Amino acid sequence: MSVLDSKIPAGNLADKWTDYKDHLKLVAPNNRPKIDIIVVGTGLAGASAAASLGEMGYNVKAFCFQDSPRRAHSIAAQGGINAAKNYQNDGDSVYRLFYDTIKGGDYRAREANVHRLAEVSGNIIDQCVAQGVPFAREYGGLLDNRSFGGTQVQRTFYAAGQTGQQLLLGAYSALSRQIGLGRVQMYNRHEMLDIVKVDGKARGIIARNLITGEIERHSAHAVIIASGGYGNVYFLSTNAMGSNVTASWKVHKKGAFFANPCYVQIHPTCIPVHGVNQSKLTLMSESLRNSGRIWVPKKKEDAEAIRAGRMKPTEISEENRDYYLERRYPAFGNLVPRDVASRAAKERCDAGFGIEANETNEGVYLDFSSEIRSKGKQAAFAKGEHAPSDERIWQLGKEWVESKYGNLFQMYEKITDENPYETPMKIYPAVHYTMGGVWVDYNLQSTIPGCFVAGEANFSDHGANRLGASALMQGLADGYFVLPYTVSDYLANEIRTGKISTDSPEFEQAENEVRGMINQFLNNNGNRSVDHFHKRLGHIMWNKVGMARNEQGLQEAISEIAALKEEFRKDVFVPGSADELNPELEKALRVADFMDLGQLMAQDALQRKESCGGHFREEYQDAEGETLRDDENFKFAGAWEYTGDNISNSVLHKEELKYEFITIAARNYK
Amino acid sequence: MASKNININLKIWRQKNVNSKGSMETYRLNDVSTDSSFLEMLDQLNEQLINERQEPIAFDHDCREGICGMCSLFINGEAHGPDRAVTTCQLHMRKFKNEETIYVEPWRAKAFPVIKDLVVDRTAFDRIQQAGGFVSVNTSGNTIDANAIPVPKVDADKSFEAATCIGCGACVASCVNASAMLFVSAKVSQLALLPQGRVEAKQRVLNMVRQMDEEGFGNCTNTGACAVECPKEISLDNIARMNREFMSAMVSAE
Repeated sequence: MSVLDSKIPAGNLADKWTDYKDHLKLVAPNNRPKIDIIVVGTGLAGASAAASLGEMGYNVKAFCFQDSPRRAHSIAAQGGINAAKNYQNDGDSVYRLFYDTIKGGDYRAREANVHRLAEVSGNIIDQCVAQGVPFAREYGGLLDNRSFGGTQVQRTFYAAGQTGQQLLLGAYSALSRQIGLGRVQMYNRHEMLDIVKVDGKARGIIARNLITGEIERHSAHAVIIASGGYGNVYFLSTNAMGSNVTASWKVHKKGAFFANPCYVQIHPTCIPVHGVNQSKLTLMSESLRNSGRIWVPKKKEDAEAIRAGRMKPTEISEENRDYYLERRYPAFGNLVPRDVASRAAKERCDAGFGIEANETNEGVYLDFSSEIRSKGKQAAFAKGEHAPSDERIWQLGKEWVESKYGNLFQMYEKITDENPYETPMKIYPAVHYTMGGVWVDYNLQSTIPGCFVAGEANFSDHGANRLGASALMQGLADGYFVLPYTVSDYLANEIRTGKISTDSPEFEQAENEVRGMINQFLNNNGNRSVDHFHKRLGHIMWNKVGMARNEQGLQEAISEIAALKEEFRKDVFVPGSADELNPELEKALRVADFMDLGQLMAQDALQRKESCGGHFREEYQDAEGETLRDDENFKFAGAWEYTGDNISNSVLHKEELKYEFITIAARNYK
Repeated sequence: MASKNININLKIWRQKNVNSKGSMETYRLNDVSTDSSFLEMLDQLNEQLINERQEPIAFDHDCREGICGMCSLFINGEAHGPDRAVTTCQLHMRKFKNEETIYVEPWRAKAFPVIKDLVVDRTAFDRIQQAGGFVSVNTSGNTIDANAIPVPKVDADKSFEAATCIGCGACVASCVNASAMLFVSAKVSQLALLPQGRVEAKQRVLNMVRQMDEEGFGNCTNTGACAVECPKEISLDNIARMNREFMSAMVSAE
C-alpha cells in the first residue's frame, strides 16, 4: 500500500470536480480575515491565487524575488493558452482537450486532474477577457485562435507572441487591486529560504529581504508554493536568470515528496547556442510551427558546405531539402508534440546534417518561405488581384507573417543579426519546462499538511510531456479555480487556531539554519565563482540527463554531481556580506539546491527503465527511434522522499496511475 | 554573422547603497564576443572582478529576452543603449567598436532611488498600478462568455499595443522631467479602449494620475524622448488619449 493518497474523488470523470467542489468545507466570510495565507511566487499561479484568496477576504502575504510581481517568468510565455471553447467549430470539446493533454503527456498524468483542467479552461478565457486582457480578435470582433503541437483543432487563444505577458499582467492587475485594498501584503525582492513546520503542519516561512539582507519570519495557516520550474539546473535554458528550485526544494527537504524530476521538456525551437559566455537561450514560439517548415539538407555535403559558409540555405533546391517532420509524421507534420520534434532534430544533427557552425554543429532550419508565398497569394486574391507578380505575392505574404509573428521575427533578428524573412531561422532544442515537481494530491496539497503547490512547481497535470499552450492554462486554473476551493476546505479547520506566533522554537531553529547556511557561504573563501560551478553542473546535466539518456551516463552523472557538490561547498567564493544586496549570495543559495536536485533527476531517470514523453532512454526505443513505454512496470508517478544530505539515500514512493475512462495506447502522431 | 572579439573600456556607476554617494569607476575588459549581449558582457566583467577578489557590479536583470522589464541601464546617455526597440538584455556587443569607452549608469529619477550600483527601486510603478490599473472584477466561474461582447479589432489591437509596456522605466529615465506619463498612459489606454475597462475609466485615470504625482514624477512637456527610447515603441498617442480621458473625467467627476 502506497503512502501516497491522491484523494481523487470517486464518480464519473466528467462530474468528479463539480461533485467534489459541492461537498468541500467552506470558511464563512466573517472568519476569513482571521486567517493568514502565504503565497510564494507571483507568476500566473501565484498571482492568480493571491488575488483570488485576497478577494475572498483572507489575509494574504505574497512574496517574489523580483523587483515587482509583474516580472515573474510567466511573462515570457509567447504562443498562447488552450481552452476548449470550440469557437472555431472544429469539433473541440472538454473531452478532446482532456484526451489530447493525457495523450500528449504520454499517459503519465492523472485522469481526474487533467479533466478538471480541461473543464475550467473556458472559464479562464472568460475571466481574463473580463479583466481587460487584449487577446487577438478577428474582424468581426470575436476572439481568434490558432493551432499548437499535438492537436488537430484550433483552441489556442493568443495575444501576438506575448500571450504570457498579457495574462500575467491581467493577474498582476487583479493582485495589484487587492494590494491597493490592503488584502494582500506584497513583499518584493524577498526570497523564501525555508518553510516552517509546527506540529507537522506548514505554519510559515523564513524569507530574506534581498535589499537589506534581513532574515524575516512570516507565519500563516497555509503556505502556497508557486515558484515555477527547475529548468535552470541545466544553467542554459529558456528560463529567466533568477528562476530557481529553492522554494520547492526547501519544502522537499522538510517532508514534501518530489515527483518525476526526470520529466523535462526540451523545446524544439530555440535559437542555437552562440558561445561560451552565453547566459541563456531564447525560445522562438511553437506558434511559428503553424507557418514554418522544419528542414535540414538531404545531402551531407550540403550541410557541410553551409557550416563552412560556402553555401546559403536559400541556394538549396526543394528536392534537396529534408522536411524530416513531414516525412516521418505526415498526420501532424510540423505540429508534432515538442518531445517528438526535439528528438527528431537531434537525430538529424547527430547523423551529421546539422547546419549551425558552432562547436556541436547543432541546428536546423525553420523556414517561412512556403507560408509567405501561400499567404501572399491568398491576400492578393482577397484584394481582387488575380495575376499578382512574384514580388507582389512576397510583399503581401511578408505583411501577413509580420502581423502574426512580427515581434518574434524582430527578436530573432536582434539576437542573431539575420533577417528571418530573407533566410530561414536557425533553431535547436533547449531546456524549457519541467513537468516534474512537488508531489501534490487532487487538492494540490503536498505531503506536508497546509503546504499547497501550484503551477509549474507541482507535478500534476502534464505527465511526461506538456503540450504547447497548456502551461498558462494550468497556472491560471490552479490559482483562480482550484486553490480557492481546496485551500478553503483545509482552512475550515483553522478558524479557531488564532494568530500563529513566530516566537516558537520551530521558527527559531529554521531561522538559525538559514543564517548558518548564509554564513557558511560568505566565510568559505574558496577560489571559484558560483557561475563556474553552475556551468559545470549544467554541462553534466545536458550531456547525461538531457534529451537522450542511458544507464551508464546516468550512473556517471550521479557520481559526478555528488563530487561536484562537495567541490562546490569547499571551493566556492561568495564576495560581499549578508546584510546588503548581494546577487552572488543569492545565486550560491540557489545553486546549492540545484546540485541536490540534479542528482535526484539522474536517479529518477535511472530508475525509470522506459522511454516516455520528455524522458528518453536510449535502451528503450523501437526500430524507428520512437519511445517505448513500459506500462506494465512504470505506469506510476515516482515521488521521492528526502532522507538527508546524501541524495542517493532518497526513497522512491510510487503512485499507481489508474486509467478508468480512457484506454491507454502507444502515442502515434504518424 | 561572423562573430569577433573586441576589447572595451567601461565607466560604470558604483554606489554602495541608497544612503551613500556613488561615483563612476573605470574597468577594462578584453575578449568580448560581439555575439554576446550587453548583460553577458557584464557577466564576463563580474567573473573577472570575482576572480580578482573585487566586489561584482549589481545590476537588475531576469528574463534576458526583452519582456520582463527588469533590466534598466543607461548606456552612453541612452536608456537601454544605442539600439532602438530593444531592452539592455537584447542589446548586443556588435553595436560597439573595438576600444570604445562605454558609460553605464542607473536610471536617474527622484522617484527611482538607487538601491545599489545600477539597481534602482521602481516600486512607484507598482503603487500607481495599485491605485487603479485594473478592472474591478473578482475571480468567478460565472463571468459572461468571452465572446459575449464583440470588440472591434482595431480597438483590441490598439489596446494590445498599449498593453505591451513592460514597465521598465526607460521612459522616466529618458525624460528631462522624469515624467511617467508614457507608462501610466499605456495602462490607462489599454483599459479605456476595451468595453470591459470603460466602466471605471473615469475613476481609474483620476486615481492613477494622482498617485503618479504623489510619487514625485515630473510633468510632461511633450518632448517625446520617452517614445523614442521605449523598448516596446509605446506610442505618444497614449499620452494624448490619457490627457483626453483625464480632462473629461475632471469636468464630469461627481
